Amino acid sequence: MVINLVKSINMRIHTKTLSLYALVIFSVLSSGCSSLGVEPWERNILAKKEMLLNSSPIDSSLDDHIYFSKESSSGGKSFAGGGCGCN
Amino acid sequence: MQLTKKTQSKNIKQLLTVATCTLLGTCAQAEEFKDWKFDTALMYYGETDRVTATELIVSGTRVFDNDEVLNLKVTVDSLTGASANGAVAQPEVQTFTRPSGKGDFTVKAGDTPLDDTFKDTRLQLNGQWTQSLNSDYTASSGIHLSKEYDYLSLGLNGSISRDFNRKNTNISAGFAFSQDTFSPEGDIPIPFTQMLPKNENGTTSANRLKSSDDKKTFDLLFGLTQIINRQMVMQFNYSHSQVDGYLTDPFKIVSEVNQLGITQRQLYENRPDSRTKNSVFWQTKYHLSHSIIDISYRYFWDDWDIKSHTIDARFHVPLSTGYIEPHIRFYAQDAANFYQPFIVSSNPQASYISADYRVGEMTALTLGLKYGTTLQNNNELSFRIELYQQSPKSNGVEQPGVLKNIDLHPSIKAIIAQMSYSF
Repeated sequence: MVINLVKSINMRIHTKTLSLYALVIFSVLSSGCSSLGVEPWERNILAKKEMLLNSSPIDSSLDDHIYFSKESSSGGKSFAGGGCGCN
Repeated sequence: MQLTKKTQSKNIKQLLTVATCTLLGTCAQAEEFKDWKFDTALMYYGETDRVTATELIVSGTRVFDNDEVLNLKVTVDSLTGASANGAVAQPEVQTFTRPSGKGDFTVKAGDTPLDDTFKDTRLQLNGQWTQSLNSDYTASSGIHLSKEYDYLSLGLNGSISRDFNRKNTNISAGFAFSQDTFSPEGDIPIPFTQMLPKNENGTTSANRLKSSDDKKTFDLLFGLTQIINRQMVMQFNYSHSQVDGYLTDPFKIVSEVNQLGITQRQLYENRPDSRTKNSVFWQTKYHLSHSIIDISYRYFWDDWDIKSHTIDARFHVPLSTGYIEPHIRFYAQDAANFYQPFIVSSNPQASYISADYRVGEMTALTLGLKYGTTLQNNNELSFRIELYQQSPKSNGVEQPGVLKNIDLHPSIKAIIAQMSYSF
């Protein structure tokens, strides 16, 4: 009973701490991000296809399939997923 | 000649459009092939003396009037060749039963046991619909189906993203769910039972659990994309994945050896039936005066104690005829807490054991080069070649007797060749 109560309090503290961290990180990123960026007329370089973060989705799809089947890690850039019996 | 080429390209596009419309079940406007853009690729993957795979992808994208985007993708791949079955090499010839139980194969003295039974063809279909909800919000949802001889995967996904700060900042949240069913050749073995000699009637119930099993995967992905300045864009992702169900590989075994390192029995492996995976990912693209640097890093960890680092860098250099793109990728992973290259018969046996080198400690290096050129009508043709080397490492366990002189962690070399055409 006492052990369960302690565990419950610990979990609540842990959840609260995580929420606080998330809030702080989000606030810092939001305030930091608002001073970054460009005006709409300054996007000529960023508008290039090769500046897209995933400019070759077919290559990424093939690479993800290879590394998913040959290594123990997956995801990050996109869903960790599965979808084949290769691993 | 040019007219012929244009006509051929138009015909292929029309054919693919009709096929796509048929797949959708709405062929009313099949003549509107000009609205579709197709990306196609043919890839060959070949390991020295092991697995080879050929994969074909045809992806069609159509942008509708209100910027709604429909993407349909068909993937077909064929796999053949040999794969390490987890057993240790021995100073004598070894005989292993094939997964069906009906046949066997032998492995030469000193060679890593490779099961050459692998032969499979896979068909995968993906559909994704993306649309703006208003000026700030974009939503996307999709489905996938993947079928191979002994495996079926059905899945769906959904995500929403919001633009802030004059569209310089974007945050996104998404989920994916998939239900996979595995019906391996020769059924699912009972963990830690012995591989039996071949039987003309196939596998027996003596060491078989059932004919199929399944697993469920639930993924969450949160992202932040930020434009830094006119030349730089950056992305941060966090992903969480929960997998429950059958995560053991029914084709993998682990050798039980005595104090002299001589194999006594070959036992089927056993892995935990759940896995929680996490990763953080960072990517930056920076436009120099002409070329572009694309660099990313991923840190991955899970509750099997696997931790990994992945660094990937590409350098896009425009040329008068197109572009070249050198690529380097470095990967390093720790071993899962249940990885053991072999079992010593006198030691107590753990609840979970796998000798699959893919859950062991390893590093991997990929070196690649891509060349792309733009043809008529902005059609793009590209070629990519990559060399991939995996270097598995020992987990420090002492190799008894005859195993002292055997390389239990040989490196694996592979070549990846790809041709892509977009029109």
